[in-house]
Parts: sequence; C-alpha cells; structure tokens
Amino acid sequence: MASLQGYVDHRVLLILQDGRAIVGVMAGYDQKSNVVLSDSKERVYSMEEGVEEIPLGLYLVKGDQIVLIGELDEAMDQAVDLSTVHAEPLPPIRY
Amino acid sequence: MLIFSVFKTLTDQRVTVELKNDLCISGVLKSVDQFLNIRLDGIQVMDEERHPHMTAVKNCFIRGSVVRYVLLPAEAVDTQLLEDATRREAASQAKR
Repeated sequence: MASLQGYVDHRVLLILQDGRAIVGVMAGYDQKSNVVLSDSKERVYSMEEGVEEIPLGLYLVKGDQIVLIGELDEAMDQAVDLSTVHAEPLPPIRY
Repeated sequence: MLIFSVFKTLTDQRVTVELKNDLCISGVLKSVDQFLNIRLDGIQVMDEERHPHMTAVKNCFIRGSVVRYVLLPAEAVDTQLLEDATRREAASQAKR
C-alpha cells in the first residue's frame, strides 16, 4: 500500500491542484488522504522576486486537492536561500 | 484491478510519472495502492531549472487522480502477456 504513515511528524511539501506549494509538519492523515499540517507556510514562487513564505499555521487540506506530498530533506531545504530562488509558479492541474 | 497488479510487479523499477500539471518526475517505484496512488523514492524532476520547487524532496507520494502517464522500462513488461490479460479482462467484463 502507498501509505502516508512514513510522513507523519516529518516536514513535507504539499503541491495542490491549483499549483500552490505548502510546507508544514504532517500532523495526521486519513484514508481519503486528507492531511493536517502544523506550522505550515505557503511558498509563493515568482520570476520577479525570490520565494515569499506566507505563514498559515494549522491547516487541513482536503485529499482531493492534493497532487503530491514530498518528504523534505531538512538539511537540504535549509541550505537553499529561498530569497534567491526565482521560478515560475507550478501550473494548475488540467483534466 | 489488472493494472493495479501490473504496477505491483513493477515495484523497485525506475519509472517516470507525468502529471496533469505537466510536471515529470522520475524515481524508483516503491508502492502502489488501489487508487493507483504512487510512492516514489530517489526522485528527480525533469527540467529542474524550471521547477526548483522540489530540489529538497527525495521521496514522494503522488495522488493517482493527477497522473497522466507512467513511463515504464520496456524490459520490465511482458507486452504479450499484458495484451492477453487485458483482453481476457475486457472479455470477462463484457459478459457481465
């Protein structure tokens, strides 16, 4: 089974259907892959300026909005200076 | 259900998943479930300069509903067997 169990209490990156990227610590999940993130922040990407982090706090994301959940390598993530990263935001999902 | 079984035989193979937001991710297939959600290890995003969002991500869970294609290694699939099996499944469903 492709379970989310290994991600609980880990810092994860969520990519949503509308292209948003949210990082946070996975507090819990259920069988519909709804996910609760604690201490979450949205990362807003743009070409003009560096990545902006918007604090969101405790967030519940509905499973059907989720595209991808990735485990963040904390050391690698901290090594990147987000203010120097310029990138197009991820495109939204198109069916 | 057949395709679920096919994916289960492909665990530990390196595959490339194309998502419906045009993102391509290659990685080692770790597990699949009934919704065709996919766990990948040792992932690499194609066109990394354009998509630096996931440089610090080494393994991920992809929701089955957002997958457009999965590119499989040809040598890991018995095409003839798969063709026969899909036809058998289609025939048995037509009977019902």
